[in-house]
Amino acid sequence: MNLSVLLWGIPQAMRVMAKLYPEYATRLKQKDLVAQFRLHDEPTGRWIALAGGKIRSRAGLHASPDITIRFKNREIAERFLTPPFDMLERIDAAKNFKVVIEGQDALAVWFMATLARLESITWKAGTDMGDGVTRYTNGTNSGPIFVYVKDGKILRTTPIDFSDEDAPSWEIHARGKTFKPTRRTTVASHAMCQKSLVYTKNRILHPMKRVDFDPDGERNIQNRGKSKFVRISWDEALDIVSKEIKRAKAVGPGAIAVANGSHHQWGNLGHYLSAFNRFWNLIGVTKLVHNPDSWEGWYWGAMHHWGNSLRLGCPEFYGTVEDCLKEAELIVFWSSDPDATYGFDGTERREWAKQLGIKMVHIDPYMNHTAAHLGGKWISPKPGTDAAFAQALCHVWITEDLYDKKFVAERTTGFDEWKAYILGETDGVAKTPEWQEKETGVPARDVRALAREWGTKKTYLGAGGWGVGLGGANRGPMGVQWARMMTILGAMQGLGRPGSNFGNLQFGAPLDFNFYFPGYAEGSFSGDLQYSANSANNYQRMPHIVTMSSVRQAIPRIWFPEAITQGKAMGYLTDVSSVQGQFFPFGYPSPGHVRVEMLYKYGSASFGTMVDSNRWVRMYQHESLKFVVNQSVWWEGETPYADVILPACTVFERWDISEWYNVGAGYVHHMYSMNNHRVISLQHKAIEPLGESKSDYDIFLAIAEKLDLGAVYSEGGTTELDWCKRVFDSSDLSKKISWREFMRKGYYVVPPDPESARAPTANRWFYEGRKKDVPEPYPLPSDYNRGYGNGLQTPSGKFEFIAQTLKRIDDPDRPPLNKYMPLYEDGKQDPQLAEFPLQLLSPHSRYPFHVMGDDEGSTLLDIREHRIFKDGHYYLVARISREDAAARGIGDDDLIRLWNHRGSVVLAAQVTDRLRPGVVSAPTASAQYRPIGEPGKSTDLGGCVNLLNPSKAITKKSHGIRPNTTLIQMEKWTGVDTWKPVLESA
Amino acid sequence: MAKKWNLIVDVERCDNCRVCFLAVKDEYIGNDFPGYSAAQPAQGHNWLEIRRRERGSYPIVDANFMPVMCNHCDDAPCMKVARDGAVRKRDDGIVIIDPVKAKGQKQIVEACPYGAVSWNEAAQLPQAWTFDAHLLDQGWDKVRAQQACPTDVFRTLKVDDAEMQRISAAENLSVDRPELGTRPRVHYKNLHRMTHCFVGGTVVRSVNGVEECAAGAEVVLRQQGREIARTTTDTFGEFKIDRLPQHSGRYDIEVTGAGRASAEVTVGSESPYVGVLTLA
Repeated sequence: MNLSVLLWGIPQAMRVMAKLYPEYATRLKQKDLVAQFRLHDEPTGRWIALAGGKIRSRAGLHASPDITIRFKNREIAERFLTPPFDMLERIDAAKNFKVVIEGQDALAVWFMATLARLESITWKAGTDMGDGVTRYTNGTNSGPIFVYVKDGKILRTTPIDFSDEDAPSWEIHARGKTFKPTRRTTVASHAMCQKSLVYTKNRILHPMKRVDFDPDGERNIQNRGKSKFVRISWDEALDIVSKEIKRAKAVGPGAIAVANGSHHQWGNLGHYLSAFNRFWNLIGVTKLVHNPDSWEGWYWGAMHHWGNSLRLGCPEFYGTVEDCLKEAELIVFWSSDPDATYGFDGTERREWAKQLGIKMVHIDPYMNHTAAHLGGKWISPKPGTDAAFAQALCHVWITEDLYDKKFVAERTTGFDEWKAYILGETDGVAKTPEWQEKETGVPARDVRALAREWGTKKTYLGAGGWGVGLGGANRGPMGVQWARMMTILGAMQGLGRPGSNFGNLQFGAPLDFNFYFPGYAEGSFSGDLQYSANSANNYQRMPHIVTMSSVRQAIPRIWFPEAITQGKAMGYLTDVSSVQGQFFPFGYPSPGHVRVEMLYKYGSASFGTMVDSNRWVRMYQHESLKFVVNQSVWWEGETPYADVILPACTVFERWDISEWYNVGAGYVHHMYSMNNHRVISLQHKAIEPLGESKSDYDIFLAIAEKLDLGAVYSEGGTTELDWCKRVFDSSDLSKKISWREFMRKGYYVVPPDPESARAPTANRWFYEGRKKDVPEPYPLPSDYNRGYGNGLQTPSGKFEFIAQTLKRIDDPDRPPLNKYMPLYEDGKQDPQLAEFPLQLLSPHSRYPFHVMGDDEGSTLLDIREHRIFKDGHYYLVARISREDAAARGIGDDDLIRLWNHRGSVVLAAQVTDRLRPGVVSAPTASAQYRPIGEPGKSTDLGGCVNLLNPSKAITKKSHGIRPNTTLIQMEKWTGVDTWKPVLESA
Repeated sequence: MAKKWNLIVDVERCDNCRVCFLAVKDEYIGNDFPGYSAAQPAQGHNWLEIRRRERGSYPIVDANFMPVMCNHCDDAPCMKVARDGAVRKRDDGIVIIDPVKAKGQKQIVEACPYGAVSWNEAAQLPQAWTFDAHLLDQGWDKVRAQQACPTDVFRTLKVDDAEMQRISAAENLSVDRPELGTRPRVHYKNLHRMTHCFVGGTVVRSVNGVEECAAGAEVVLRQQGREIARTTTDTFGEFKIDRLPQHSGRYDIEVTGAGRASAEVTVGSESPYVGVLTLA
């Protein structure tokens, strides 16, 4: 199209839209400016002047425009401006300087967004339900929901019931029965409390500053966590934050550290791997490297027996729902409680297994929610000792000839050495059921009965919450030994044999695994090719500009407090691209970088989630940490440990887009196989942001504009809604449903594959000695040691009973032969621990999502298995055994104190028979922190159970946590705090 | 006969995920439904609550959960104490505490034998779950608790009373505390898990001096010589006999397999685990 016509059309379109849409007319009144389009190589152009919402425009050049959009030549300009716009062309033009924007950054961003709004203002969101009610959709950390809005307020939220228009559901035919999932989305409690989290009194609604913080004078660092806050304007907040960023950047590379939680509200755009990383890549910051904290034992241990590094050492799962229902006779749930922390599509499938008469065994010190719902045999080992139990199973299998000898001979290495160890030929100790009984407390007869049942029946091993790893026993001092034992048990029973595999029906539903829609780990618009899986698909499919930080400094997250207070922290990488990636040490300070003196905290409840969290409390008051920003939705325990607080809004107040449980490639590939249906949802902006809160994206954009980075951050004024459209266009979704229909309806159900074309069953290829055929692009081609597609990622290509790769690192806690070593905290060995007789389990709660939803004002607080209201405060609930309760005179709902040398916390007791005596189970579910006295040095009433857990590494050469056998004492709470920390020497 | 609303709640299907509990809060907190209900306070009111009952002791334990709410009784004690028609029974069976007329009438809270009516201190109002009448009147065919429940605990039914009686008999339903004579419209399936007890035990035997679980042993439970129930031990030698009334007194257990064993047990309010019985 001719350039002069194109340019003439822009102000014309603006005038028309201002007439048709009052919102657009209002927008035009926000700024007065002169914007000019021009060519670089000739004096041709057009200017548009906005004043008080009125538009004037002329062809030709203006003498003093506020902003100029300069095209290299006519051809480029015409291509850039002619609809429909090709984003690859536009990105190419921008990053190769074919088009440049000159002038004040914020004005340029606003003007470009105003032009983009010409199109998006015509998009109609949501479904009219009559009576002034509009139905929108959203996504939560456990599934998509409908959001009903009336008069700008959320009326209700519900799970989604599918209609006949939605894609059909799959069927599985097993043993004469047909199973078809219920046509809906199911959600967990932390989704159903979302409305209360939007309107809670606990929302941060305005920017704030600590009253005794003066950036130009006395900062009173020692008062963080104690002083009150005063409301300030966004202008003042942005001014302080941007000046502090500039000040810290002048100190040197790495002076700013950024810390985010492991999770965020659901959504691809708002996720920390997207909006957050894009911004900080432009600033250059010290990253806190996360340990693989739900995968510890699998990552540091199991991986060495069978590879699967890109699954952090966990097994495949394709096809296992169908195989299990058709073939299996027994499911062993080992530290496996899927009902606790996920939605309930898997529950429906497990109920089918029960209907089919598949037997179930649950191994967990606590008779967990899944066990309580399904029934079956409950076996309760002493926490940490499960590996001894597992070795005794091996002993029975070997001595009674109950393992898959053909598989062991053909597909594994090192079995003879393993067998010799189990039989006691190497160390003189036979790993018999009686031997394990002394360690685990599980009767030897139960081990023999289970070993025989397992060895003679086709068995699925559901290890960890997902059945294919994650959570539970793998994170603890014995977690590495346990996860390694799980792989060994799987191998001895012929991994991939029909009916013999990993899983608990939580993963592996027969869905379409080829339909492309990105998950959040694919980085969305981050442009980050280093720290997300962006490069796998997203970068090609959604053209956007790469961002890369020039700062290389990184700190192992577990020891961030030590980095600040002691100036040193070393760890090992979480690098899933190869098995040996985890052998790389890294640390702080890094060569050529400077010490951290500013922290930007994103989310505010790490006192509830980080081990030995009193360290974190004390860190905030360390003099070297000169400035702390906290950007959060809610006022949580950690929030007041900042100097400036920025109010973020919830995902109901901004745009986003996502698929249910799709975290994406490079993280948990095809995680959506947990669901019975693939459901992609637009996350409609249902209401305006409350108070002065803003979306994370808009906060970062506002700071970026102060640093002349707004146009770079937003790619020339791209709004969140525009990004949603670009994600939509980049995915296979755009081939199936129009954008306008998706905007209205808000969700799409991806049809499952026909039965004839379903993904093959996990590990069957390996069992049968074929090339790998499941639809995951792992291992990387370069990491096949026996030819591409052949065998496992191990040096031998086989399952290795003696892990050869562990010979390449000298870690005393991870010998190549997985021998049983009691590494748990032990009062008999360590006199310092003698006064603490009870073991603490600190699992995730089934009610909040980690700690999200535990805020004051959340409806979750009234769940009496979560918190109990007493004396004006909701106390977190700890589960304690009847025997331990009786010995201390504790009754149901009594306030109790749990403590050790690291911490002291008051909770409410739930006395139960579902727990092995000697064990206390208290979830790491607290978003609150309420120290009675000096922060970091007194008893907490908020419920931060992680105050008690150690910060020592899971193995000597690793970066992993080891909670879940922590020794503590317990008493009825007296109301008087006499506790003092015993500080461990560095 | 007029069709009326009923709710069937299956105790065995509930695993205390709390989604129904939260769905009710989501519906009523912050929302006024004139003619039906005033907004529920943000915290402290649980119009649908879940009762918890554990039975047994290690290693044979079960955990049971019973969603409870206003029963919409046909002979509702709250109606009898209400003044000015503050509590009314609709033709479709739903009991509504009028959010205007009931102001100040705390006796409505106290009259409910199920504790299902909450007192809203700020609004001076007795409040209870309205059976989501405002939604049913708009055309919803199920209550929110059912719509949200991932394990299908609830079934909302609009049938005439004769049909409901037939369903109740066919599915062996019961109501909470029938002895009160309130005639609830909320019916429970598998309520024995909340009201009855089980007897559990483990049977072992010695094989060449090694203790083994005794699978397949026959267990007979008798009371005063009369056989009450009979079962077989599982792979782990365990047995569980359910549906024994609370406080039903002394029972005799006799086990037959590769040998014999016997035990006495008394059922009070709890479900006893008789321990390890060795066949000899």
